[in-house]
Amino acid sequence: MKRVLMSVVVLIMAAATFAQEGYKVGDVARDFSLKNIDGNMVSLADYEEAKGFIVVFTCNHCPYAIKYEDRINALNKKYAAKGYPVIAINPNDVSKVPDDSFDNMKIRAKEKGFTFPYLVDGTSEIAATYGATRTPHAYVLQKQGKELKVAYIGAIDDNARDASSVEETYLANAIDLLLEGKKVEKSFTRAIGCTIKWPQ
Amino acid sequence: MSMLRKTFFFFFFQLMIGLVYGQQVQHVETFQALKPMLEKPSGDTLFVYNFWATWCRPCVKELPYFQKLDSVYADKKVKVVLISIDDPEMIEPMVKPFVKRRKITQPVYVLTDPKQNDWIPQISEEWSGAIPATLIMNNEEGIVSFKEQSFTYEELSEWVDEVLKNRPKK
Repeated sequence: MKRVLMSVVVLIMAAATFAQEGYKVGDVARDFSLKNIDGNMVSLADYEEAKGFIVVFTCNHCPYAIKYEDRINALNKKYAAKGYPVIAINPNDVSKVPDDSFDNMKIRAKEKGFTFPYLVDGTSEIAATYGATRTPHAYVLQKQGKELKVAYIGAIDDNARDASSVEETYLANAIDLLLEGKKVEKSFTRAIGCTIKWPQ
Repeated sequence: MSMLRKTFFFFFFQLMIGLVYGQQVQHVETFQALKPMLEKPSGDTLFVYNFWATWCRPCVKELPYFQKLDSVYADKKVKVVLISIDDPEMIEPMVKPFVKRRKITQPVYVLTDPKQNDWIPQISEEWSGAIPATLIMNNEEGIVSFKEQSFTYEELSEWVDEVLKNRPKK
């Protein structure tokens, strides 16, 4: 009996560790239903034509997220047409960062002319499941049948500070390779940015 | 007269503080330029490198603990070095006034190398890139201990005590 209990404990602990780690490249990503700044709920399943997605956990207040706004917009303009639209998700606890409130998300999206949904992950559940830790933290998902396979995790490119000095566009390279039916060479990089402000 | 003198000394004192604090802030543009400092023989000093930024709230919160550690552990040859990853355009308007206001006397480097994916793993493979992060090092004794977390003073001093205790005997 004791042994059974022990293995249950070990299993629970293993499950807990696994949950904390989030997705790795090659894992199947879950869908979600989150509120967009226009008030509508958005799910990945809504995009029947998509070949995959660029899921970016981002927010309003973080200086790194701000530096990437134009680049995320550009990614959507380029890759939505090729079947990889951007889905932006704000995972921060608003009570910790009032700048990241729903109203401020609307204002920011309007100011910057976001052409993609900007969703609220109010409980940070999706960010936790994906294993995102930073804003911005980018995931490329590729549709394989009914499943969404994680094809890339990390930074958008190699220069957060200065878009004009970027030498390696990690995320765009990954999608380009997927579109050519090739294997993504650099499928993981360190996401550079602010830590996600988790609810307590 | 006495009032005038007091006022004079007050401003003189303020001016001296202004001259002392904030002067030690050094801009380092590439990790290659910072590396010689990390690799310089440390003698018997244990260096505590704290990575932070003025925009990072948990970093700012724990900075006083690093200042305290530096003075409390001075006789144990522990030295704190602060490495900010603020943007270059923030050094004058943000970092220097911050260092002045907080009366920080420790060396402050502002590392603005934008290729984080290159240099972060060189500090530690364990480092995801989040700050605050702290590295304890003595390169002559082969001591390297890294933690990506925020600290209370107690947690920080416990960690330093542990590293000091496990130091190779000479």
